Amino acid sequence: MKSIIAEELVKTYDKGKVRALDSLNLDVEEGTVLGILGPNGAGKTTTVRILATLLRPDSGRASVAGIDVLKNPEKVREVIGLSGQYAAVDEILTGYDNLVMFGELYHLGKKNAVIRANELLERFSLTEAAKRPIKTYSGGMRRRLDLAASLIVKPKVLFLDEPTTGLDPRGRQEMWGVIEELVKDGVTLLLTTQYLEEADQLADEIAVIDTGKVIARGTSDALKKQVGGERLEVVVESAHIAKTLEIVSSVSGVKASLDEGLRQISAPVSTGSVALFEVLKSLDDAGIHALDVGLKRPSLDDVFLSLTGHSAEAKEESK
Amino acid sequence: MSALRDTAIITQRQLRLLTRVPEVLIFSTIQPVMFVLLFRYVFGGSISTGQPGGYVQLLMPGIFVQTVAFTLAGTASGLAEDMKKGLIDRFRSLPISQSALVVGRTLGDSLLNIVVLAVMGIAGYAVGWRPSTGLGNVALGFLFLLLFGYALSWVGVLVGLSASDARVVQNVSFIVTFPLTFLSNAFAPTTGMPRALQYFAEWNPVSTMVAACRQLFGVENQFGATAGSFPSEHPLTTSLIYMVIIMVIFIPLSLRRYRNSLN
Ligand SMILES: Nc1ncnc2c1ncn2[C@@H]1O[C@H](COP(=O)(O)OP(=O)(O)OP(=O)(O)O)[C@@H](O)[C@H]1O
Ligand SMILES: [Mg+2]
Repeated sequence: MKSIIAEELVKTYDKGKVRALDSLNLDVEEGTVLGILGPNGAGKTTTVRILATLLRPDSGRASVAGIDVLKNPEKVREVIGLSGQYAAVDEILTGYDNLVMFGELYHLGKKNAVIRANELLERFSLTEAAKRPIKTYSGGMRRRLDLAASLIVKPKVLFLDEPTTGLDPRGRQEMWGVIEELVKDGVTLLLTTQYLEEADQLADEIAVIDTGKVIARGTSDALKKQVGGERLEVVVESAHIAKTLEIVSSVSGVKASLDEGLRQISAPVSTGSVALFEVLKSLDDAGIHALDVGLKRPSLDDVFLSLTGHSAEAKEESK
Repeated sequence: MSALRDTAIITQRQLRLLTRVPEVLIFSTIQPVMFVLLFRYVFGGSISTGQPGGYVQLLMPGIFVQTVAFTLAGTASGLAEDMKKGLIDRFRSLPISQSALVVGRTLGDSLLNIVVLAVMGIAGYAVGWRPSTGLGNVALGFLFLLLFGYALSWVGVLVGLSASDARVVQNVSFIVTFPLTFLSNAFAPTTGMPRALQYFAEWNPVSTMVAACRQLFGVENQFGATAGSFPSEHPLTTSLIYMVIIMVIFIPLSLRRYRNSLN
């Protein structure tokens, strides 16, 4: 069963001047994770806000957990959890106060709201900071609290808009752990990200969006295949470059290329580890010691570049 | 029923501001208290009134009204802040009554005024303010003030939801509140103003509120301008009418604006 369906969503801002969504189509199978991957301004937040009933599209249809988003927004709100792009918790209140308040707003009653708040604080390693105002929290703690707030009543469908943007590598790692735990519990998750690595790590399927449209969709592996196969890369001492170029070219069947600065020789291969083994063996026979050798699968960056003609990061910087 | 409960929870949140950040209370009372001292001891000396008990009797109602008028700015900037932080999105994604958030905020902000007014009253008492009427009238005066704050809080909702960022909100609130409080009879007689301004000052809701409070606290309103005009003859009725008009216009407008922020 599909837990999230979006059909032909169109959304314009500024009286039609900005076309944020341009006939966007999506669907997410129940209990799976869809990663929406796109650069700044691609329409990620707009998509999430429409699905979470916060924004009405100009046209198109959407349903969440089988409920029509436009016709029954109140019903949708009962089954979703949302953690927006900016951690939306009350700065002035403590972490504990925030969770109790949201619990009460979910009509748990004071007593149950308190129990649930403590459970969530524990689960997200925030017990120690529970009685401190959010102002004093780190970015990662805020994010975790925000996520906790969206899980107060176990949602069927969870929306996370750029859950790790702005976190340091450790905070990101922690957040990934937390999200992976959630997914094990069987929630349907729609997650947006600008980090190719993050979609790769967390999502079952990835939809790449750019300028309000889905431009590619599939598993991480399928997307990578679409861009091309693997490359074999070898780094050697300067003295051995010429011989190594010869060996790699002969295994690949294509003339190998050289990055002189890195002393790295690379070439596309179709036989993966077999080719790797062959190269290692030939190098060994020639008495060459490889400093580094590996098979590199195309990154999602490469995917983005080949799909859109511009790299995700480049666009980000120009903004 | 659950709409009421939702509203109560949001109201509570506003009030919790007081216990979590006492600075808010300090700052929202410090300015009016400074005004009291400034007018009482700096300008007060040069404003001659035949008022028994002195200028401070005329001044305090003016300060009270000015203080509650700033509820507009408080609500507006608080709401704008919540919007910017995405908190409004979070509230709106919850299965709660959609108007609870704004109704709760206006109620909470108005209840905060109770505390602020109490502090001001004490400060006034310390510098010689003595209402000469009974407890009933004084209480009614404060009720009027709270209601006025509540009505203006709804104007604040509209301002807060309409403006694009917090600084704009500050400026707009200032532009709305400043002329209203100073082109009035709050601090000085309006008789010195040019004719056109006198009319404005006469009909200005801040003036009618100040006049109403003066009446309820037992002071003759010496700062009114054109004697015999309707607002100066009936300050209580006029103020009440103003408050009703403000609420009738701004409550539906603000609620609609809130619902339409969906687009
Ligand atoms: N309220 C608004 N008014 C005008 N334009 C808007 C508004 N919100 C978004 N846009 C525009 O719509 C487009 C899509 O925006 P959206 O916020 O959905 O992108 P995003 O993928 O979430 O970007 P980011 O990675 O920066 O969060 C952008 O061009 C943006 O400038
Ligand atoms: Mg976004």
